[in-house]
Amino acid sequence: MAEIIANGLMLAGVIFIFIAALGVLRLPDLFMRMHANTKSATIGVGLIMLGAVLYFNDITVTTRALAVVFFLLITAPISSHLIARSAYFSGIPLWDHTLSDDLLGHYDLKKHTLKSFNEPIDRTKDTHNQV
Amino acid sequence: MTTILYAFLIGALFLAFIRLVRGPSLPDRVIALDLIASTVVGVIGIYAVTTNQEIYLDEAMVLALIAFLGTSAFAHYIEKGRLPWRKL
Repeated sequence: MAEIIANGLMLAGVIFIFIAALGVLRLPDLFMRMHANTKSATIGVGLIMLGAVLYFNDITVTTRALAVVFFLLITAPISSHLIARSAYFSGIPLWDHTLSDDLLGHYDLKKHTLKSFNEPIDRTKDTHNQV
Repeated sequence: MTTILYAFLIGALFLAFIRLVRGPSLPDRVIALDLIASTVVGVIGIYAVTTNQEIYLDEAMVLALIAFLGTSAFAHYIEKGRLPWRKL
């Protein structure tokens, strides 16, 4: 019984990872690709490790598998945030049909300060290359 | 059952590899490498279950941490380094 549940969990995990890879290949924009990568791959690996926990049913395996899931849950948002930040500030173009970019014109790239949303901004002088 | 699991994972590796080759910019390739590392963690988990050797889960843990180190180092050099598409 536990093996059947473990197989089901691992099948769900590999399907999640496959959908993540499909999103990374097919989505039109760097930031959308990152969104596909981070969430789906993390939950896919988490489900596979949960399947391993149910299959082995041992306290040492449980500790190691939960450590893997814990590290992934901590490190995946941090690395995704770092890549998104550096990509946005180095001028990676957004998708053509992007509707809103709230950071546009509000961030000073040289002084690394954020302007308030109340004071008027000059959107034509922004350094991001979409303008 | 094992064949289905490995087929999905190999397909995911193949799609991520296409993005790694095609990716128009450096952060795209970094994301593809991050996805490949996550997929390999999954492969190690499946392999540990199918060969009934729980010792392989240590490698999965180490690989998850190393992938984070690589990605953050790439992010640092993308932000601070001189790259051809940068305006500043």
